Amino acid sequence: MELLLQQILAGLATGTIYACIALAIVMTYLAIGHLNFAQGEMAMFSTFVAWQLIQWGVPYWITFLATISLSFLGGVLIERVVLRPIHNAPVLSHVAVFIGLLAILNSLAGFIWNFSVKPFPTPFGTAALGEGGFVSAHQVGMIAVTLVVLAFLYAFFRFTRIGLAMRAAAADPVSARLVGIRVDWMMALGWGMASSIGAIAGMMIAPIVFLEPNMMLGVLLYGFAGAVLGGLASPLGAVCGGLIVGVIENLAGTFIPVIGGELKFTIALVVIVAVLLMKPQGLFGRPVLHRV
Amino acid sequence: MSLPSDETLEAVPQPAVAGRMSPSLLVRSGFGLSALAVALILPLLTPSFLTFQLTLVLVYAIAIMGLNLLTGFNGQFSLGHSAFYAIGAYTAAILMDKASLPYALTLPAAGVTCFIFGFLFGLPALRLEGVYLALATFALAVATPQILKLSPLEYWTGGVQGIVIDKPDAPFGLPLNQDQWLYYFTLLVAVAMTIVATNLVASRTGRSMMAIRDNPTAARSMGINIALYKSLTFGVSALYTGVAGALGAIVVQFVAPDSFTFFLSISLLVGLVVGGVGWIPGAFFGGAFVLFVPNFAESLSKGLSGAVYGVMIILLIYVMPSGAAGLARMAGRLRHARGDRS
Repeated sequence: MELLLQQILAGLATGTIYACIALAIVMTYLAIGHLNFAQGEMAMFSTFVAWQLIQWGVPYWITFLATISLSFLGGVLIERVVLRPIHNAPVLSHVAVFIGLLAILNSLAGFIWNFSVKPFPTPFGTAALGEGGFVSAHQVGMIAVTLVVLAFLYAFFRFTRIGLAMRAAAADPVSARLVGIRVDWMMALGWGMASSIGAIAGMMIAPIVFLEPNMMLGVLLYGFAGAVLGGLASPLGAVCGGLIVGVIENLAGTFIPVIGGELKFTIALVVIVAVLLMKPQGLFGRPVLHRV
Repeated sequence: MSLPSDETLEAVPQPAVAGRMSPSLLVRSGFGLSALAVALILPLLTPSFLTFQLTLVLVYAIAIMGLNLLTGFNGQFSLGHSAFYAIGAYTAAILMDKASLPYALTLPAAGVTCFIFGFLFGLPALRLEGVYLALATFALAVATPQILKLSPLEYWTGGVQGIVIDKPDAPFGLPLNQDQWLYYFTLLVAVAMTIVATNLVASRTGRSMMAIRDNPTAARSMGINIALYKSLTFGVSALYTGVAGALGAIVVQFVAPDSFTFFLSISLLVGLVVGGVGWIPGAFFGGAFVLFVPNFAESLSKGLSGAVYGVMIILLIYVMPSGAAGLARMAGRLRHARGDRS
């Protein structure tokens, strides 16, 4: 029983990593209606920028804010420069462009900062909390940061005019334009915000998985799984989805003999697919109605 | 042999009956035959390694064709085709390694195995759409290399080490070296499968597939059994990719779990988009792109090869947003316009 509790706690702690990146994925999805395969690499790139600033002697929290702002600009820039021209192309062309972006950012980061693994500082300390030490101070801090971002997103979409405009632009671009919303700038704004959230996720994750150009490949897959499980259009769902993925993965690794350790991610995915078969819109998603 | 009429692409102006031998069909089959002629002569002129690479282009083209049947013609998204490719490759490798089956017979075996897997996977996938289906197929892609590495299966799969296969010699004393023979063998399979795909898409079944893609509700109300057609399409698509996998295994002479990761799925997807979604000959452009362009990028700059590859993908999408298919369509339209004036 105690082992079970410990494993669940440890699972929640890893799940926070996935929840962070799942939030960024959901943000992009809300703004542009696509899954962005380059999300992880954008977050990685932002984290490298933060690392560079810290190397230059900038204090952590100033770096933190500066990175968020720079990432916002970067996200807007990518939308304006790379995605604007193909904005009417079919979905699969978008996917190909995302894959292209992924390759570019990954290779560029490796070129600028090389592929060696770098440690990244944490503002929360690394002391182990609680008996058994399954959860560290950094992980608790990370959960707190994730919840703050979640609350911010909720308030943004629920209470601000611009949040409402962004939802309108994503839900029905034509009608949104008719009521005077600048739909294309809403998209750019969405990209910027997603990029900022990705930067926060990257800076939170980097102390645990260490900083290198490929750090996000694995995490992004888990983040997708979490976001889809949560329902893709719900920030709260993304966080819950991410946590659930972490817990299932940890439990499968501990309690299923022989294949559990080798196949833990697979088992997590199979569980998710099973859940989706029951609830095809994800845990927190609403069914999409089609007009015939 | 004729190239597929792209009735699917030319929306309204040309209804399905474009006449048995309309001029545009003649031109198209002319293109197809000249492409085939070039393909037949090429390996006699190129060095061995290039022949090997051209063979791989054909292999990828078959796999991309399979993905195109599913995504382009039936509207189902898949990130899991590396799994079917792997199943095909391993079926061929295990049959040759353990049962000493001749290589040519492993292709139908791989095809049938993959058809069954694909059909069965298509059943639960019926409930999922769009990104949710993408996630399910993605799970398949991630799981496959891990399952192939599992210790209980090691006797069959060779675990992480994989299986090494012998390269077949040219039969009947043909004056070809092994690479050339494999090229012609693959070309034969590729041409046959292109013809089958073309006819399938032009048939009643193909129209049902496209009707489901365009509007499932309308398709259902016309009496199309959506569940059956979707699962069957999944099966056929897996069959194509599986045969490609088997050919790939024979050509590379080696299978190992890490050759069949998620990134293979991504490459196939890039190939599909580059070649043109919903245009069968596009698969050959796509195959050539995913094989040659990364190598070319590497030759330009070692450190930034990924960036060069990425930039090339993006530029290509800018220039032709719907892949090589769009380009072909544009050429067709220009020809039509000129024909009208004269």
